[in-house]
Amino acid sequence: MSQDHLTHAEHRDDEASKLGMWLFIFTELLLFGGLFVVYAVYRYMNAEAFHLAHEELSVTMGTINTVILLISSATVAMSTSAIRLGDTKKALILIAITIIAALVFMVNKYFEWGGKFEHGLYPGSAELAARGQGEVLFFGLYFFMTGLHGLHIIVGLVLLTISYIGVKRGTINGESPVMLDNSGLYWHLVDLIWIFLFPLFYLIK
Amino acid sequence: MSSESQVHSGYVSFRDVETKYKGILAWILSTDHKRISFLYLYSMITFFIVGMLLGLAMKLELIAPGKTVMTAETYNAFFTLHGIIMIFLIVIPGLPAVFGNFFLPILIGAKDVAFPKLNLFSWYLYVLGAVVALTSQFLGDGAPDTGWTFYAPYSFKTHTNMLPAVIGAFILGFSSILTGLNFIVTMHRMRAPGMDWFKMPLFAWSLYGAGWIQLLATPIVGITLLMVVGERLFQIGFFDPALGGDPVLYQHLFWIYSHPAVYIMILPAMGIISEIIPTFSNKSIFGYKAVVYSTLAIAFVGYFVWGHHMFTSGMSSTALYIFSFLTFLVAIPSAIKVFNWVATLYKASIQMEVPFLWAASFLFVFMIGGLTGLFLGSIATDVHVHDTAFVVAHFHFIVFGGVGYAFLAAMHYWFPKMYGKMYDKEIAIFGWISFTVGFFMLYTPMFLLGYQGMPRRYYDYVAQFHGWNIVSSIGAFILAAGFITILVNFIRAAYGDKIAPNDPWGGKTLEWSIESPPSLENFEEVPFVDKHPYDYSEPTSEK
Repeated sequence: MSQDHLTHAEHRDDEASKLGMWLFIFTELLLFGGLFVVYAVYRYMNAEAFHLAHEELSVTMGTINTVILLISSATVAMSTSAIRLGDTKKALILIAITIIAALVFMVNKYFEWGGKFEHGLYPGSAELAARGQGEVLFFGLYFFMTGLHGLHIIVGLVLLTISYIGVKRGTINGESPVMLDNSGLYWHLVDLIWIFLFPLFYLIK
Repeated sequence: MSSESQVHSGYVSFRDVETKYKGILAWILSTDHKRISFLYLYSMITFFIVGMLLGLAMKLELIAPGKTVMTAETYNAFFTLHGIIMIFLIVIPGLPAVFGNFFLPILIGAKDVAFPKLNLFSWYLYVLGAVVALTSQFLGDGAPDTGWTFYAPYSFKTHTNMLPAVIGAFILGFSSILTGLNFIVTMHRMRAPGMDWFKMPLFAWSLYGAGWIQLLATPIVGITLLMVVGERLFQIGFFDPALGGDPVLYQHLFWIYSHPAVYIMILPAMGIISEIIPTFSNKSIFGYKAVVYSTLAIAFVGYFVWGHHMFTSGMSSTALYIFSFLTFLVAIPSAIKVFNWVATLYKASIQMEVPFLWAASFLFVFMIGGLTGLFLGSIATDVHVHDTAFVVAHFHFIVFGGVGYAFLAAMHYWFPKMYGKMYDKEIAIFGWISFTVGFFMLYTPMFLLGYQGMPRRYYDYVAQFHGWNIVSSIGAFILAAGFITILVNFIRAAYGDKIAPNDPWGGKTLEWSIESPPSLENFEEVPFVDKHPYDYSEPTSEK
């Protein structure tokens, strides 16, 4: 009796895959939840320093990145509809737009981070240390949280690329769209977390 | 062999089934939940022996005041490693990864877990996490010496090799999350036809409760450990007062996970006891629904009691009262379970078999552990005994007593199913006696020592504590002798030729309705379940 034969014989359960993805998303939310708690505590303790530090960030850049992510969330959602309607070509275009948007986001992020490093605003720098503890904490949190979010963007990019290849090869199709659905769900999570990070760092006065 | 004839070709044990790979590869590349369970079992026994040896070395050091066999630094490294191994590698993943993997699908009438590949991946993460954590002992500037809690500011001030320990714990957390996720989806999607939620066996229910804790609490410690990594690598001042951080915040974040983690350990242990007691009482569990709801209540309330680890760390008095109150509250559902188990035994016709001895002694150690937990949950008493040997004794009664006794109960209960062989009853009873005598000799004196003021985590003590420490150290070796007896008994049985029947104990749950050991597919036909899991209304046919 061959084990592989039996493994392949197992039935496919798309509901289970989606449920699994949702549970994983809960986990991810709590991962960031821990950071939001830390942010809240330190903001409460250092309100003034956090205000001063936030003025170093460019609201324009942040807004552009927010819009980019919102658009990409819309396109990935549309791609899951397109694949159900059997329009593979449209689905491919929409996934490609999502991937490009993600890349543009990362490029923006690179320039943003680069700018901060140029001004000496990074953890461990003498320049930042001279500004006091509150700002050290603000930028520590800024780099840690946007950095972790950036890692999630990269994971999302990988998932979207796998989905793109899957759609192209026909393994993801109207009958079996769950891989694309799950990549889309994950992408919405990445977007959602940014929707919280953006006001916390860029907007709150 | 054509696929048509395979279905009817009769029974082949999952252990003997022909696979694509040969030898050890047939196990470490298998996605069969039963083989993965064995991978975990053998890894854990290996780690447990290491952890036990470290514990014995510490007890040897404490047999007399002053330096006996090791320096203070070595002692610090030993209790840290003992804690990391026992907590992160054994008691947190232990029962779900070994018995959950093997029996959850069978108990609910499924052929495997929902995501078999993810299940195997979890084991690889477990091994990776273990290896990374253990490298901290051999590389860099010495073994970590912070204790398993990695408290700030020690964890980023110490010159020792903290990073691998912290990263290893993070990876192990990931493995735990994925196992919990897998089990929850399995229970939602793969229960046999007819098995509604309230026909699910109680071990499955306990894994469901534990699964949610794994899923929702583990990421908090994950991110906290990542923050320690950020702190050590990039001088981000999350918890460093010199940079504006708050070390007490670290303790909060750590215990937000690590207290619920105690329930990840104890809920499956309670689930196993809830399986064993009805089987050996030949009677349905008393108050099935009360056991289920108390499982869920523990999982829920368990999130909100973390502050009782920090009564002396600096919190507002309002917070102290609330955490103390909630701690007393969480004891109620645990007590409900104890009453249910005892009520199940009432007027039952009890079979005095080895698994029952373990389950019954679980009740004693669990109650001692639980009640002394309430000493620590009362604020005033806690101030007196915190950071003493009393805490260590309580912790070992509840965690080693709870999980260890449940693990060995489960091992004796399910061994015939897992191996298809039966162990020697006399040796097993001898092992149980030795283990239990050693256990009480080892930990009971620590309550007294702690109450008299002997601090924990010291390699030395004043002469007045000498007497009880000798008793405790001797107990440790009796316990270890018991454990080795049990282990040898199992190994002999596994290689022996005493074949076990399919249902040696007269159990009614689904695992006893199939062959020992089960076939690859578990069930030839997916069973239809229309009965309560512990239905003893008809007399047992096979005994």
